[in-house]
Amino acid sequence: MKIVFQSFRITMLLMLICGILYPLGVTAIARILFPHQASGSLVMGASGQVIGSELIAQGFKNPRYFHPRPSAALTPDGSGPQPYDGAFSSPSNLGPDNALEIKAITDAAVDYRKENHLAVNASVPIDAVTASGSGLDPDISLSNAMIQVPRIAKARHLSLLDVQTLIDRIKKGPQFGFLGTQRVNVLKLNIALDRQNP
Amino acid sequence: MIANDWIQILFSLGVTVLLAPLVGRYLAWIYKGPHLSLERGFYRLVGINPDHEMTWKEYGAVLLVSNAFFFAAGFLVLWAQPVLPLNPRNLPPLSPELTFNTAASFVTNTNWQAYAGEAQLSNLSQMLAITFLMFVGANTGMASLVAIFKGFTRSGSQTIGNFWTDFVRFFIRAFLPACFLMALIHVYQGSPQTLRTQITAHTLEGPPQTLIVGPVASLESLKHLGTNGGGFYNANGAHPYENPTPLTNTLEFLEMGLFTFSLPFFFGRMIGRPRQGQVFFIAILTLYLSGFALIEYSERMPNPLLAHASVEQQVGPLSDGGNTEGKETRFGITQTSLFSNTTIAATTGAVDGAMDSMNPLSILVYLVHMFLNEEPGGKGVGFAGLLKEAILAIFLAGLMVGRSPEFLGKRIESREIKLASLSLLVTPLLVLWLTGISLLLPSGKSSMGNPGPHGFMEVLYAFSSGNANNGSAMAGLNVSTPYYAILLGVEMLLGRFLPLLPLLALAGALARKKTHPETAGTFKTDQPLFIVLLLGFMILFAALTFFPPLMLGPLLEHLSLLHGISF
Repeated sequence: MKIVFQSFRITMLLMLICGILYPLGVTAIARILFPHQASGSLVMGASGQVIGSELIAQGFKNPRYFHPRPSAALTPDGSGPQPYDGAFSSPSNLGPDNALEIKAITDAAVDYRKENHLAVNASVPIDAVTASGSGLDPDISLSNAMIQVPRIAKARHLSLLDVQTLIDRIKKGPQFGFLGTQRVNVLKLNIALDRQNP
Repeated sequence: MIANDWIQILFSLGVTVLLAPLVGRYLAWIYKGPHLSLERGFYRLVGINPDHEMTWKEYGAVLLVSNAFFFAAGFLVLWAQPVLPLNPRNLPPLSPELTFNTAASFVTNTNWQAYAGEAQLSNLSQMLAITFLMFVGANTGMASLVAIFKGFTRSGSQTIGNFWTDFVRFFIRAFLPACFLMALIHVYQGSPQTLRTQITAHTLEGPPQTLIVGPVASLESLKHLGTNGGGFYNANGAHPYENPTPLTNTLEFLEMGLFTFSLPFFFGRMIGRPRQGQVFFIAILTLYLSGFALIEYSERMPNPLLAHASVEQQVGPLSDGGNTEGKETRFGITQTSLFSNTTIAATTGAVDGAMDSMNPLSILVYLVHMFLNEEPGGKGVGFAGLLKEAILAIFLAGLMVGRSPEFLGKRIESREIKLASLSLLVTPLLVLWLTGISLLLPSGKSSMGNPGPHGFMEVLYAFSSGNANNGSAMAGLNVSTPYYAILLGVEMLLGRFLPLLPLLALAGALARKKTHPETAGTFKTDQPLFIVLLLGFMILFAALTFFPPLMLGPLLEHLSLLHGISF
């Protein structure tokens, strides 16, 4: 019996420490030290409304914008696809030899070539035609971004150099020079594009 | 691979090898010294005598009863979600079978997510059920390991220590402070930490976007330091809010290794034979690195089925290439391989990319890691499993040369071998039987998300992960059906406690024995030969037991993929 009462009291105490005090303590300090990150790295528009989060991909289809990677995110109740919505993150979960996967990649490559006016057998970067792990990957590879430059330049009547300069300004190398890959954030690119060419 | 990949690999390895002995020494300090006044206050508050010594039976009983309470508390919080505060979205409770599955999953340090965190749990559930259970689940594993150590450090003793002191010391002096500190670093890098829930963004181009935030960072550091693995979001560590930068990715897999890789050194210090700890560390590291090498190779392999799609799969100056399906751009192949090898080897089960979309040879590595489950294995219980394998390996060696086996001064006799074998047999029994049965039943097969050998692997993976208390999933398998939710929940509980109790009994039996001084005839267990023996035994055991399903799953898929066959 003693074991039961002790376990009960310990459970209550640990719930208080681990489940309430610890997360609230972290929240309090985080809010003081890193308010921007703690609230979700939000990007605000001119009138103070939330445009999005710099960490979360948005769906872009308009040729005037850079396009993110394909997304397998779901509707809030998980019942069907809703790409780029942050309420239900998900990868495609398709295996490498699933015929659906091969078809999805092949089709995405055809669309990608069409969008960017490439030759029918032009090689496309694999990140541009495969769904990311979260469905919300905010970045694309530099080769993916570079291929989209002519399309955007044309749609916005900018020079290729203007758009490439934007990529160079916003791209990120590996962190500290060696961690991860080089990449560029699509939302940041598009905000910069709108600022330069509203 | 490019130079940068090698730098990342060597850097991670270097940090692990540097930190493990230091943390091992710190853990030994924690468990060798007197109580702190803070700890005394804790014991007084809950009415525990920290100096009361327990037999293995009492230790096991306290462990089971306390875990039953933890389980019940977590279950109740999840079940009462609609009436509890911090639920502005008015989320309903999880279904009864999912509530059971989730509570079982988190109390056993499995942290399988059969639910989608951001869509189904309120912030209070994430804190009071998930965060709480992650702490106590990991801590229980650590305590049981310390008890098992006592089997070797004590001689002629009826007792193996006190569960609560073993539990509380690690919690107060290592676990909680480390989680707190690392949580702040995760926020700094971009993980949200707030009580808000839902933000609607007015996107540049199109429809409004729902962003879900919450106390993510405090869960994130704990998830890895405790080798828990349950994420705030459905996509787990692939979600940019959980794992925003390559630095957080690196920190996360280093956090998983921080305590687990230090356990051999901790053991060596506790038994006063540091060299023995180093030998175990080298054995673990050998398996760990071999696993990584195969994953990195496999994920960089071009997919022959895409040959006609004209897709650039090779690494180039402007892109990383490889199998990018289900992977995030910021990590690339090497960071994802480092993360996924560690998460499976350390039984964390967090993922930073979709396991279901990985190539078959990578999944082969994950399965073997989960069958062995001790390189380094989860918080505490992994290393306990390694000691069990060491005892069996010594026994086999003894049989071969006709000498009565002895390990660290303790004679290994019939009772010890029976208990160790009992513990060892749980894995093949649960994994193979449940996989086999599920493949015969319609409700087992209908959940598969992929056809062919890949679908078979999803089922095999699920039961391997449940038994190993790993928690990662080939998530194409729909496990929110009553069949899988209940079966996996039961399997996680059995996979946790069935092997653990014989190990506590083993510790009790060893603690009772006198420690004999070494003689010229003693087999030296702190020599390279022992590493060979131990690894040989582990691989032989895994191969003999699991070769058929590995053949039907990853090897078959690899060969058919090479021949350009799709399903």
